[in-house]
Amino acid sequence: MSSERITKKLTFKTFRFNAETDFLPYFKTYEMEVGKDELVLDILNRIKWEFDGSFSYRRSCRHGICGSCSIKVNGKPVLSCKQNVWELVEIFDTDTLLLEPQSRKRVVKDMIIDKKDFWKKHSELKPWLEAEIDEHPKEEIRISPHEAEQLLEADYCIQCGNCYYACPVVEVNEEYFGPAQFAKAYRFNADVRDNAKTERLEKVREMGPGVWDCVKCFECAEACPKDVDPIGKITKLHNQLFEEGLAQDNVATRHAVGFKHSIAKHGLLDEGELVRYSEGTLGVMKHLPEAIAMYRKGKIVMPWNMPKSEKLDEIKTLVKSSSKVKF
Amino acid sequence: MAELKYALYTGCTARESTPELLMSTLAVAKKLGIELVLLDEASCCGASHLQDFDDFLSLVLNARNICYAEKQGLDMVTICNTCQLNTVMTKERLDSDENLKSEVNEKLAEVGLEYKGSSSVRHFLYAIIDDYGLEKLAEQVVKPLDDFNVAAFYGCHNIRPSHLHRKQGGVAADVGEGGGEEGFESVGLMSKYNGGENPYNPTSLDRIIEALRGKSVDYESKNKCCGFHADLQAPHTAHKLTGTALLDAIDNNADMMVTPCPLCHLNMDVKQGAVAKEMGRDIKLPILHLPQLIGLALGIDPKELGLQHNVSEPAFV
Repeated sequence: MSSERITKKLTFKTFRFNAETDFLPYFKTYEMEVGKDELVLDILNRIKWEFDGSFSYRRSCRHGICGSCSIKVNGKPVLSCKQNVWELVEIFDTDTLLLEPQSRKRVVKDMIIDKKDFWKKHSELKPWLEAEIDEHPKEEIRISPHEAEQLLEADYCIQCGNCYYACPVVEVNEEYFGPAQFAKAYRFNADVRDNAKTERLEKVREMGPGVWDCVKCFECAEACPKDVDPIGKITKLHNQLFEEGLAQDNVATRHAVGFKHSIAKHGLLDEGELVRYSEGTLGVMKHLPEAIAMYRKGKIVMPWNMPKSEKLDEIKTLVKSSSKVKF
Repeated sequence: MAELKYALYTGCTARESTPELLMSTLAVAKKLGIELVLLDEASCCGASHLQDFDDFLSLVLNARNICYAEKQGLDMVTICNTCQLNTVMTKERLDSDENLKSEVNEKLAEVGLEYKGSSSVRHFLYAIIDDYGLEKLAEQVVKPLDDFNVAAFYGCHNIRPSHLHRKQGGVAADVGEGGGEEGFESVGLMSKYNGGENPYNPTSLDRIIEALRGKSVDYESKNKCCGFHADLQAPHTAHKLTGTALLDAIDNNADMMVTPCPLCHLNMDVKQGAVAKEMGRDIKLPILHLPQLIGLALGIDPKELGLQHNVSEPAFV
């Protein structure tokens, strides 16, 4: 190594816990000089090799493809073997970085977590090609470039779990499938050879575990080291439900469709009418206490005062001519 | 300095359930000498829900909204994070795909419009920071917020996804498959549309709070989700996310919370009672829209800022 190698002195506050022997987790601090080419995985290795041989983490390929080595640094989900350390120093504007497992409540030892819920939900959505395959075909199955492109980036997923453990819905709703799972469901739904599209859509349309519970926070898109854009695939699943006529008539689908009705009528969204249309006339009653509080504060526009966009005729024309989906 | 002038896309919420947002935005702009031209022709952005149903229709409608800013030769500013995201997502797709752009323009031609891509789209808060300037804002402060700990709540759609927030031409995080050999080039996670914001360490609101001489609260939930977009179909999820953020702010000594997003505001403010019930703890925290906070520090009359419309009553005014 050349003598003019530039390094930064960094402190790594590191989450330590052994589920078999420790009552509570604790933090250990390691200081080291870090070069501009070093990755988070290099730091994990150095902690183990230079400081404490009992430090535990998952690693395998070191080529961004096995998906084993993901952790969180200062709350940011990273694939250790792809994430440069100096970049983190710049992002967080600090010389102290917090290394922790993807999910504290699932930790087995140090950086190693139990991913059983991830894998269980993953397999429930049939993440494989369901097709009658002729074992002795006369010629290959031909897929056009256009058909192959429909998989989008969904094929790049390495199941690292970054999106899953960054998803706030997974944290509060145990039955929610999760972003990686939906991205994979989309990947096979988009495959022209596959026969299980309907079956997958019937699972992802369920309220609670399904796509309608997504809060659209984009944490998954941000967390993905392979640019899979899971929320983009969740949107595609929403679209497929309507296109395939499999969207059920419920509060979530009416909520999506209600926007179109409102825009066609006013240009703007009629907030009150959207809630009434989505919830139904009876369901809307549960919003009454809030509605009263809002009314008292001048936050409810009465139907006869509903504002309308100027040049509403243009909007009406476009809604008519540009609508591509029916409900 | 040339006079600042923008086309304001108000979104629907500011004209209905959060009238105080529009009032305070206009009052602050007037005070700072920023001219805002209201885009009264604009329609709803679809709020990410129309997109779930009919993606193409939402592209056409959002493109039409931008057309009206372009026609006036003005850059567009938004005052709702979700309007901001849906508008820039449309812009990004049309600007990078000629075929899609002409497909959309074919429809727009029916009403005599054409999307060109000539107007930028930013949340108003970034226009204040980047064009007006924080130093100049600080000079206008007549009622400094010295006594207050203010919790900034950023709202997802101003800060994520960062592929919309990276500087053009820069590839930030990628140092090649599994290899750091090429080393790290300083590009950073940066906003392409919303100046310099980083999703894991956003600073814009904190910098504004400091310019108004308040104390910015350091708490983990500042860049988390309030759950608004699942309010109707998954109220427990939404309440828990809102409640976690509110309690995090309260446990870190916040006297109030400020947000640039009216949808976050609705969850934090109007639903505070329901959220408290879900969390099993008392929650009483005044929630201000960003221009309300700025307006108070600039000495604007609270009535003009629409404080009377806030459900969580700011007793300090």
